[in-house]
Parts: sequence; structure tokens; C-alpha cells
Amino acid sequence: MIASSVAIVFGLSFAAAVLLAGASKFLHVEEDPRIAKVEACLPGANCGGCGYPGCSAAAAAVVAGEAPPEICVAGGMEIAEAIAKVMGQSVDYREPQVAALICSGGDRAKRMFAYEGVRDCRAEAMLYGGEKSCGLGCLGLGSCVRACPFDAIRLGEHNLPVVNKALCRSCGKCAEVCPTGAIRITSFSASLLHLNKLVDCLAPCMQKCPVQLDVRTFIQQIKSGDLRGALLTLKNRNPLPLVVGRICPHPCEDICRRKIVDDGVAINSLERYVADWEMHNGRIPIHVAPDTGRKVAIIGGGPAGLSCAYFLRRLGHQPVIFESHAALGGMLRYAIPEFRLPRNVVEYEIRGILELGVEARTYMTFGKDFNLEDLEEQGFEAVFLATGAWKNQRLFIPGDDARNVVGGVAFLTGVGSRWTNLKGKNVVIVGGTNSAMDIARSAVRLGADSTRVITRHMRRKMTANKYEIEKAEEVGSELLLQKMPVSFETDAAGNAVAVRIVDSQYEDPKKPMGDPIPVEGTESRLEADLFVIATDRWPDLSPYVDRRGIGHFRMTKQGTIIGDDMTMQTNIANVFVGGELRRGRSIVMEAVSDGRRAARSIHHFITSGEVPLPELPQERVVPQSLLKGMKVRWRIPKVQPAEVPVKARLERFALEVRRGISDREAAKEASRCLRCGFTCYDSEAGAEFAEDRDVTLFEQAEKDKAATGTGS
Amino acid sequence: MDYFLLVITAVFISNIVLVQYLGACPFMGTSKAVSVALGMGGAVIFVMTLATALTWPIQHWLLLPYRVEYLQTIVFILVIASLVQLVEMFLRKFVPPLYESLGIFLPLITTNCAVLGVAILVQRSEYSFIRGVVFSLASGAGFLLALVIIAAIRERLDTAPVPRVFKGTPVALITAGMMSLAFYAFRGMGG
Repeated sequence: MIASSVAIVFGLSFAAAVLLAGASKFLHVEEDPRIAKVEACLPGANCGGCGYPGCSAAAAAVVAGEAPPEICVAGGMEIAEAIAKVMGQSVDYREPQVAALICSGGDRAKRMFAYEGVRDCRAEAMLYGGEKSCGLGCLGLGSCVRACPFDAIRLGEHNLPVVNKALCRSCGKCAEVCPTGAIRITSFSASLLHLNKLVDCLAPCMQKCPVQLDVRTFIQQIKSGDLRGALLTLKNRNPLPLVVGRICPHPCEDICRRKIVDDGVAINSLERYVADWEMHNGRIPIHVAPDTGRKVAIIGGGPAGLSCAYFLRRLGHQPVIFESHAALGGMLRYAIPEFRLPRNVVEYEIRGILELGVEARTYMTFGKDFNLEDLEEQGFEAVFLATGAWKNQRLFIPGDDARNVVGGVAFLTGVGSRWTNLKGKNVVIVGGTNSAMDIARSAVRLGADSTRVITRHMRRKMTANKYEIEKAEEVGSELLLQKMPVSFETDAAGNAVAVRIVDSQYEDPKKPMGDPIPVEGTESRLEADLFVIATDRWPDLSPYVDRRGIGHFRMTKQGTIIGDDMTMQTNIANVFVGGELRRGRSIVMEAVSDGRRAARSIHHFITSGEVPLPELPQERVVPQSLLKGMKVRWRIPKVQPAEVPVKARLERFALEVRRGISDREAAKEASRCLRCGFTCYDSEAGAEFAEDRDVTLFEQAEKDKAATGTGS
Repeated sequence: MDYFLLVITAVFISNIVLVQYLGACPFMGTSKAVSVALGMGGAVIFVMTLATALTWPIQHWLLLPYRVEYLQTIVFILVIASLVQLVEMFLRKFVPPLYESLGIFLPLITTNCAVLGVAILVQRSEYSFIRGVVFSLASGAGFLLALVIIAAIRERLDTAPVPRVFKGTPVALITAGMMSLAFYAFRGMGG
């Protein structure tokens, strides 16, 4: 009995074993042994994040040479290295990626209807693209939460998904199921180089800012007390927050939605507050990608060059700045007066950039000490030209070559060396630009008896900012509007003694447009000892052209080098151009923006060989985002940074005029921000300061105004 | 008519999962999406039919003549497991598309209790060879039916507002229970 059962089971097993053994011989399918080895390296999660159906398919693709060893999105570098070892390949550094949500709206967005169907975003999106009016926002039904195979997403406040970055494996499942594109996969370099897109959720300030600062986020970070986070947010777009926080004419504040209620949020003062906080409390380390060892030459150490070098360095490249002066900074150091931008601030900012590992070679003038061929020989893969606009145009009127008729840039650069004291002198400045105001303010501080600025425009048509004009007049410089110089009177020694001027008028005085023309028979003269020309600045093109005026680059008639508006690329593929060399006279933010765009292009150029144009770029303010008829509850006065008294300004040249704001002021100012999205906003913003005496209800204030208006 | 009744019985009246509670593990495990459920159901039909076709001769020509019926379970497991391995290799060599689609499910059901259960049920009911094979085929179809129904329900449950504690398997078990009750109604039909 036992014997027979054992015999039967044994016999059957043996037969099956023989059969299977035979079958495995006969039915053997050739398979590369490396597939099994590669598969063993993979985590076996079958998440599909790589785009192949499961880990074994991915392994087969790796062995077939269709996929790189760093295919697995869920595994880290170790897995990529293990696979590369099996395959005998080297592994490229693969940047970690993470899912990120662009929507901050939550339940604030206007609803077009109330959705009561299946609780799934994709289902809701089928109905007119979802209930939210902006069309970009998170629908908040959590499809991404359910799609995430790694449990990295949960629904947080206001039904907005929160990504746990430690758990996220960037498989892309969430982005795949999101019907509005509110959740996306991004990486450090991609977010650093991201240019605003039309499908991003952009508040008006973020659309207007040339460097596309994430204004909303950094102000919210200030509000929550996370100054470190706010600084890092700023530095992802702007390498010079200390400088920009002081001298930017802040177009963002003029387009702020809060203007409907009272004044725009003091974004510029808040930026300075965060940057000053860093300067006073110790430098915050910034993340830099691993070295790639690729060298890029940057010609010019001004804001454009510094910005380009900063972004390239953060991407892991090796930028080298060539500077013709003794120190980096360009106009920031040599032209902007100290009372607007102290030297130690510029110094601190530049040191921060150099400490990231940027090399600077000073006293190197392009076209004289080296040229493009030399750079190529030294192994630079790309070149960024940002030599700025340092040449003041001549007026081309009789006597403008007199010895005491100087250019604005030359004057500002020479303050402190060539011009230390103007006591007993009369100064006339020609031009209505911001630099003219800087020159006037400097001349007054240097003790000039009289400082007069002549401009052919009317006040509101001047190119200088209102604030700069105010400051110039505060210290006592005189503004002569709608006057034009005709000629200089010179003495026997070749010095100008006076300038002849005439009144100027617009073609149609009722509609002040275009350039004013001189009015006959209104001639008068102004006597002075020093004449400064600050009408316009253009680049010095001598390094780029030979003696015959022929060069490698395509140029405009005005004398700037042509570079693409988006990519900064010139007609020579590996040479990029930016800043005032490309634009002519402009503001520092535009230079920083050009530097960043050039860094983006150079990064793509040296890593992939071509420069892709950005998709759906947001170039001008989108009209739908400019709201009318907003409801905002609290009226909070805008912070006014303190300024030192006029007397003190005249006593100490280098005393910075504008002060920073205090911690409480900053918190209150930050609470004024409506945290705007593309169309949504916080109507209750600032409620935490409602107890303050200067905070009023907006509706009440409007009623009071109407009542007094009819009463008087 | 006789076979018709047999099929109806196997598919509805004594459904292998919902009435006999065999194969509850793959019923829960592979019922998250209809496409997966179809693949699994197909594989089960295939293996069940083959298993009965192979175990019937073994029972009648080996176990019964030598009076070792008590070895039924162990021998069946052995035979079915070997058979599935063999079939897998065969498919991989000669019918790669079918291997690709049944691929991962085949090894999953080598010793599935539903497959073994049907093989043993056929012997207990003393069906003839043809009846046994038809019964297995129909039982497999019943499994496929139950699996596809619950997978479709679970796909909808994924987007339904289910209380958090019931999310996932708990609510699926409750659903399975209610489906089981519903299938009990067929009892009256079979008499």
C-alpha cells in the first residue's frame, strides 16, 4: 500500500520532471542573459513610469539598446549604475525630478457652475473643462492622489494636492491624469530655466516682471515667516535681489491688482527686505548642480553677465567672466551713485555669485586682450557678450567737443576720482534720462552752486522715473522743461562757457507725441562751468568691428548687436548677446532677464547642440488677467520706506537715501498681497491686521469718499 | 438540453466563485481593472479545461484501477502544476502573442484552488469525460463573468465617495458579498 502510493507519486513526478526537462530543451526561447541581469537590478515595481509596460519590458529595451541605463524613474543613481555595470556602459548624471502643482487657487476661483457628477477630475473636465473659470486650475477631486503609485500625493487645504517630495518618484502618473495640467513634472534645471508660459497660472505682477519673479510665492513665504524660502524663491529667478530691491523701477507694482483698492503691493521693498535679511544674517547656501566641466566665456561683468554666469554655474557649467575694469559689477559699480546703491551691497552680491564657483578675469578687454578665436582655442564652448552701453552720444551741435562737455557715463564713473568737489561750480545736464537724474543728484551732493537739467520733453514724457525726478528736485537741482541745446559758446582755451538753448514744443501741443521740435525766436543762454550730456547711451562697438567698420555680427542701425528676443542667439551659433549691448539703454531687470535667457539657450546649446524656442511663451500681459470690479475687503496703506533727511544727504555723499522696512512693516505689507492667480485672488487678504488703526473697510472708505464728495 | 443545463448550472447556479467560494484570492487580487480581469478569466478558462482533460484520464486509468484515490489531491496538484509549466513554455515558443496576453497570469493559477476544485468536483460528480470538460469550461466562464462584473464595479468605486476606512479591499469584499447574494437567486431556477 505504502509502496504502491510512493511508487505512483514518484513515477508521476519523475515523468513530469522528464517531460518538463525535455520541453525546456525543445521549447527553449533564445533570450539575452543580460535581460534577466538587468531586470534583477530594477526595483520590480512595474510602475510604468519609464514608458515601458513593466520592469521586464524596460530591461529588454535597455538590452536592445533602445533605452539608456538611467531609464528607471523610480530607482535612483545606484540602480542606473548597477544597470550600466551589467551593460558595460557609463552612466550619465540624471537629475532628480519631482511633481509640482502650479495652482494656488483652491476654492477661490470663480465657478461657472456647480459640478455634482462623478468625483473625478477627468469626468469634471469633460463638462466645459471643469467648473473653474480660469481653465488652468486644480479641480480638486484628487485624481492625481489616486493615480500616484507611491502614495506621494494627498489632498491638503482647499482640496489642493500636496506632493511629498521625498516619496515622489517622478513617474508622471499624476501629470498624465490631470486634465488641466495643474500638476506637472519638473526638475531643478527645468524650473531654473523655465520661461513663463501662457498655460501657467500667472498673476499680473509675474507677467509684467522682466525676470518673471515668482512674486506670489515669495510674498507668501515672507508672510509665513519663511525668509529663507523667500530668498531662495527670489534667487531662482534673480541673482541680484539686493541690487534689484534697491534700484528697480518696479513695473510690477503699477499693474498690481491691489491698485483697485489702494496702492500696489510694495514688491520692491519686500524684495529688498528679504535680500537685506540675508546680508545681515549670513549667507544662505544655494543649490548647484553637479559639475559638467563645460566652459562658457562671459564678456562683461555687469548685471547681464553676472546673471548669465550665475545661472550657468547653478546648472553645473563653468562660466568665466572677462571684465575690462578692475572689478565686476559694470554699471552697478561704476555708474549708479552710492546713495542709491552702496558699494558694499554690490560687493556682497557679486561675492555671493563668485563663491558658487564662477571664475572672474579682470583687466581683460574684449577685442584688445583677446578675441573670439582665442576663446575657442581655450576650450570655451559658448560665448555670451554683455559689454553694455557705455558710450554717450554726442549732441552734434557746435562746440560739443569742448573740454568741459563730458558724457554722463564718464561723469558718473569719475565721481570720487576725477570729480571730488564741485564747490563754486555751475553744472548743466542735458537729457531727461534716469542717469541725468543720477548726475544731478551727484552734482548737488558734490557741492555744485547750481545744478540745472534741461530736457526737451514735458515732465510726464521724460524717460526718467517720477521717483528719480522727485529725488533730484528734493536736493535742489533745477529742472528746465521743454528746452533744447543749440550750441555751446567756447572761450579761447577751448572750454565751453555757456550753452544756447531754445524752447521746444510738440508738433501738436495738445497731443504731446513724438519728438519735440525747436520753437523759433526763443533763444536764451545758460552759463555754467561743467556740461554733462546724458541724453542716451549706446554700446561701444569698436571691439566688434574692424577698422573698416565690418564685423562678424549683424547689427541694428542704432548700433546694437542683433540677438533673438527669446534665445539671445546671434548670427554666430555659439555666440549669444544680451543686456544693453542688445537693447540699448535699459533697466537692470532687463539685463538680468537677458542673462537668464542666454543661460537657458547656452545650456541647451552646449548639452544638446541646439537652442529650442520656448513653447507658448507669455510675452506680454494677458488681458483676461486684468480684472475689473474686484471685491477686496480691507484697505491697508502701502508701506513707505523711510528716507534720510535732505540735510544728511548733502552732508554725506555715500549715505543711502532709502532705508529698508522693519519686520512688522514687511509682514503687514506681505499681508496686503491678494495671492493672485490668473483670475482668482484673496478678497479677505490682510484680515489679520484688521485691528490696526490705519486699516479700514474698503466699502466704508468708498462710501465716506462719496459722502464728502457730494457734501463739498 | 442536458449540456445546456450543465452549462447554466456551472456558470450561474453554482458559480465557482460566488456560490462555491473557490478562487476568492484571484477574485480580489486581479479585479481592479476590467482589462486585467479579462486576461485572468481567459487564462483560468484555458487552464481549467486543460486540467480536467488531463486529470480525468489519470483518475480513471491510474488512481481508480490501483485503488489509490486518497492520492487524488497531491497527484492533481502535481499534474496541473507541471501541465501549466509545459503549456507556458509551449505558448512562449509557438504562440508568442497569446503568451504575451496570458503571460503573467498563467503561473499565478498553477495551483489555484478554483482549478484544483473543479478538477476534483468533476470526479466527485462522476461526470463522463466530455461532460467533465464542458463543465470545466463553463466553470471557467463563470469565473470570468464574476471577475469582469466585480472589476467593472470596482472601477466605478474608485471614483465614488467611499468612506476612507472602506476604501479598496473592504468595499470590494462587501460588493462580493452582495453579488454572491444576487447569484443565490439562481438557485430557484435550477430547482
